[in-house]
Amino acid sequence: MLTKKQICDFEYLAVKIRADAVMMTNLQHSGHVGSSLSMADLLVVLFEKVLNVAPKNPKGPNRDRFILSKGHAAAGLYSIMAEKGFFPKDWLETYYCDNGKLCGHISHHVPGVEFSTGSLGHGLPVTVGMALDGKRKGKKHRVFCLMSDGDCNEGSTWEAIMLAAQHKLDNLVAIVDYNKVQALGFSKDVINLEPFAEKMNLFGWAVKEIDGHNFEQILDSLSIIPFVKGKPSFLIAHTVKGKGISCMENTVASHYKCVADDKLEDAYKELGV
Amino acid sequence: MRSVFNKTLLEIAKKDKRINMVLADIGYGEIEPFAQAFPDRFINVGVAEQNMTGVACGIAMEGNIAITYSIANFPTLRCLEQIRNDVCYHNVNVKIVIIGGGLAYGALGVSHQSTEDLAIMRALPDMVVVAPADFVEAEAATYAMIEHQGPVYYRCGYKKEPPLHQGRIDFKFGKGLIAKEGKDITLIGTGTITYHAYQAAELLKKQGINARVVSMHTVKPIDKDLIIDCAKNTGGIVTVEEHQITGGLGGAVAEVLSEAGVSIPFKRIGLQDSYVHIVGSHDWLLDKFGFSPENIAKTAKGLIK
Repeated sequence: MLTKKQICDFEYLAVKIRADAVMMTNLQHSGHVGSSLSMADLLVVLFEKVLNVAPKNPKGPNRDRFILSKGHAAAGLYSIMAEKGFFPKDWLETYYCDNGKLCGHISHHVPGVEFSTGSLGHGLPVTVGMALDGKRKGKKHRVFCLMSDGDCNEGSTWEAIMLAAQHKLDNLVAIVDYNKVQALGFSKDVINLEPFAEKMNLFGWAVKEIDGHNFEQILDSLSIIPFVKGKPSFLIAHTVKGKGISCMENTVASHYKCVADDKLEDAYKELGV
Repeated sequence: MRSVFNKTLLEIAKKDKRINMVLADIGYGEIEPFAQAFPDRFINVGVAEQNMTGVACGIAMEGNIAITYSIANFPTLRCLEQIRNDVCYHNVNVKIVIIGGGLAYGALGVSHQSTEDLAIMRALPDMVVVAPADFVEAEAATYAMIEHQGPVYYRCGYKKEPPLHQGRIDFKFGKGLIAKEGKDITLIGTGTITYHAYQAAELLKKQGINARVVSMHTVKPIDKDLIIDCAKNTGGIVTVEEHQITGGLGGAVAEVLSEAGVSIPFKRIGLQDSYVHIVGSHDWLLDKFGFSPENIAKTAKGLIK
């Protein structure tokens, strides 16, 4: 159970991530703001309560490994990583800029970022390799992969899904920020992942399905890993693309656009900052 | 050569616990000793080369050396983006080994002919591209590959290739080896086809032409000094590669020559921007596509006469 204060703190952080993502993507009028907004609440719980990572020792051998496979949502992840102290907060204002510190897709050149992505379907295979090695060496750390709907279209993702179950990688957790929107439309109209949970069960993973904007549910689902001993864990987090900014919510455009200059003030007001 | 590679790797792996083999269901009759000796450092991911490369990258990022191993184009072209984004961009210790480059799998057809690999792998930053010519080079290249920090692409022969070198060699990545001295012309080969260049030099000798034969086992980084030396001290250069004419060994040598401002008789022997649309064995196809010692000798002679 989270206390009222904790929920309040989490809400504050989630708003901060969203506001940063809006600010950062607006800097050079880049895109993908909707992808950062949808995963903000997941990031808060992961970085506040779940991941064993140390900003001052980002390469510590016992750290949990966390890979953002949906690398286009870099702005959101950079925001919470700056907040946690992995790198200076003023780096956020250089996002996408000439000679900036942060590029549009997540990069391992940034302290604390485990792995660079940007092309979908790359994260899960790499986490499977890490989890396999960790398991064989009897290591206690866990390996997390945060994915998108589009990630789950890629054949390489399914190759990794099958291998993880085959080798009973119960130190591996895949989380899908299931916002139901991908680059050219709604997921159900492009590649319908449903029945998603059932499918993943049949593929040999232990599956949980939650509201990805509910802190209690996120924390409850990730408080015990693995979900089932001997199986990799799959968390389907139902989210809303563009969550928190009404002009962006549940739109395909939010995959490409930022919040326009003339709508910035309204957006920040809506977020409550 | 593939047996030499596998035996050498097994020997190294006995001492170096970092070595992992990551396979995509290929390697029958060769990889079993490794799999049996090191079950915890061996994984067959199934027929899934993209995952093979991603998993290898993840294993390597944990402080290991991961070797992906398959035939022809499967561990390169099928998973090129994983090699580029995951392996090369992160500069991790993944070594990509193919068995049977060029036309080695002859009658199996185009899917099994790796004829653009050198050019494509060469274009990737931080990638070393090596194609040993014979067994001694294959053994030395395996040691060098493990010692090298970062990605390596290793094009390995498929069968019992004849020895190019007599005795010991001083093998270093990026340093070509002179297999035969000569002043009239230089034949530069890479991989197992270099032996045909050597045979061509023997034919030329009978015609009074002394050809230098160079094994350019490392296509990247290429041995610029040796190429310029060949240009200055012999009468011309012919490159021989079991590969498309574009972007491979010949292309790399041409880049060095033109940037050095050296103008000499120069010719590339390779596949002429075409797939193999006929059926035949390795040796038969090599003859058909101009790789016979006789044709190499004829080309060389034509260049300097």
